[in-house]
Amino acid sequence: MLYVELLAQGLVQGSIYALVAVGLTLVYGLLRILHVAHAGLFTLGGYIGVLVTNATGSLLLALVVSMLVVGLLGMAIYRLCYQPILDKPPYVALIASIGLFIAMEEIYRIAFGPYGISYQNPPLQDVVYIFGITLRLGEVAVGVGTLVLIGALALFSTKTRFGTVWRATVTDPKMAESFGVDIIKVRYLNFFIGSALAAVAGVMVALLNNLVEPTMGSVPSYKALAIIVLGGLGDVRGTLIAALALGVIEAYGTIYLGNYLDRDAIAFAFLILVLMVRPQGLLGRA
Amino acid sequence: MLGLSGYEISLITSMGIAVIFALSLNLITGFCGQISLGHAAFYGIGAYTSAMLTKAGMPFGVGLLGAVIVAGLIGIFIGIASLRVRHDFLAITTMGVGFLFIGIMRQWDLVGGEMGVSSIPGSGLGKSGFMFLVLGFGVLTVLFSLHLKRSWMGYAFDAIADDEDTARVVGLNVSHYKLAAFAMGTALAGLAGALYAHNVRFIDPESFGFVESITVLSMVVIGGIGSVFGVVFAAAVLSVLPLWIQFIDEYKLLLYGGLLFAMMRFSPGGLAGLVKQILRHISSRKSLQKLSGGTKI
Repeated sequence: MLYVELLAQGLVQGSIYALVAVGLTLVYGLLRILHVAHAGLFTLGGYIGVLVTNATGSLLLALVVSMLVVGLLGMAIYRLCYQPILDKPPYVALIASIGLFIAMEEIYRIAFGPYGISYQNPPLQDVVYIFGITLRLGEVAVGVGTLVLIGALALFSTKTRFGTVWRATVTDPKMAESFGVDIIKVRYLNFFIGSALAAVAGVMVALLNNLVEPTMGSVPSYKALAIIVLGGLGDVRGTLIAALALGVIEAYGTIYLGNYLDRDAIAFAFLILVLMVRPQGLLGRA
Repeated sequence: MLGLSGYEISLITSMGIAVIFALSLNLITGFCGQISLGHAAFYGIGAYTSAMLTKAGMPFGVGLLGAVIVAGLIGIFIGIASLRVRHDFLAITTMGVGFLFIGIMRQWDLVGGEMGVSSIPGSGLGKSGFMFLVLGFGVLTVLFSLHLKRSWMGYAFDAIADDEDTARVVGLNVSHYKLAAFAMGTALAGLAGALYAHNVRFIDPESFGFVESITVLSMVVIGGIGSVFGVVFAAAVLSVLPLWIQFIDEYKLLLYGGLLFAMMRFSPGGLAGLVKQILRHISSRKSLQKLSGGTKI
């Protein structure tokens, strides 16, 4: 049963990676920016989730508030931080984003304390048995929630007019613009949706660990970067596959390679190996 | 000697090491335009190499030389592998190299694992002697950087940093030059790391993590990418500022992060770019004054 259990754990972890990485890959597709500060929004999502749940007792309300606030903040980051430097060389936005991320983490540390905060009555802690393995209700919620959100996103982007415009813009911004797309509006939407998804991931991680700390974004931030590179930068399908694959590989890897490499090193060893064979990413075209 | 207190000597020493380390990244990122987010790994390789060599009874000089060679060789190896990918891919790959390095070091018992390496032998030169050695290496690194910048290779680096495809079209062997920049930069980082190891006498994997890579990158970026004097200035100031003012140490990362962001957002050329802008502003005012016959405008 160990294999199945590891697979399940890997998929849960992979779902969280996916929620964070999708926003990142959308931003990359549209603006060619490695939006490191995205992980800062993920952390904020977790904080808002815990604070609102503790204040009102409703996890659902917390989720909605978290998505709204973080989504709007994502739009503000685009407007105030990225838009003015879009015509500069790519490293400018990358380094600005790293700076912003570090500053955000420090602000959380100063505002909420270095040891983090927890749920007073952690929700969804009951244990369920599925296919002969034990899972916490929270873990099931993560998997199902991710499936629903990504499914809704897929429906939105393929079945609605705005979704089509959005996909066209992410694929080829210049072409879309010449067809009369209001590219600024698409960018705002893009940042809102991507950041809101990161907020969901933040709330879920807070649920699984029952802890939100200032640095909880660090590891997902680097991992998500690795994932979107694996996925072929800007390719949403590739990103989802890479996220789930990385979650599973880490789960098995920590068991079999744990004596030589720690979890993060396994992820990056995998990244480097793949890039050596396919410099354009898993699904990317040369 | 010179009336410096022990505290001042150690400040100047860490300043000098930071300058060498920052200039080593400046060769790769500043001159050749290849962003590295994992440079601290090579600093760490140098530190570990020299620490292990001298602990095995080798003299200090052999430790330094070994650090330069090992860091440079691994740099070339990683360069061959990672310079196949470009721009953003390269930035993430080098970041991966950084994580891989501390991941391996944490699990490798021979080099102390999580505990690191302690009681590393000193240089045998005394505190002020070591300071002069570091400063000597620092001055050599500055001279080397300045020389390189004005050499044929420096111009080639410049062309690659500016536009890789055009550089290739005009016949530059882009991958050779990139590899050369990577080899020199990583070897120098190895030297800086070895000096660091013998200065603090204790190293562990955490001393060479992502934060260190970002710290050194922020020195290069805040000083002004590619500007030798800008980078020296930024490295010197940013390395001792937290030691100097206890208050800042608490908020060190906030300061670094904020500065990085503000620099990129408002003056992507760094301090060097800022100085250039001001000078240009003054000289254009002067020429305007000349044109208008010396009357103040």
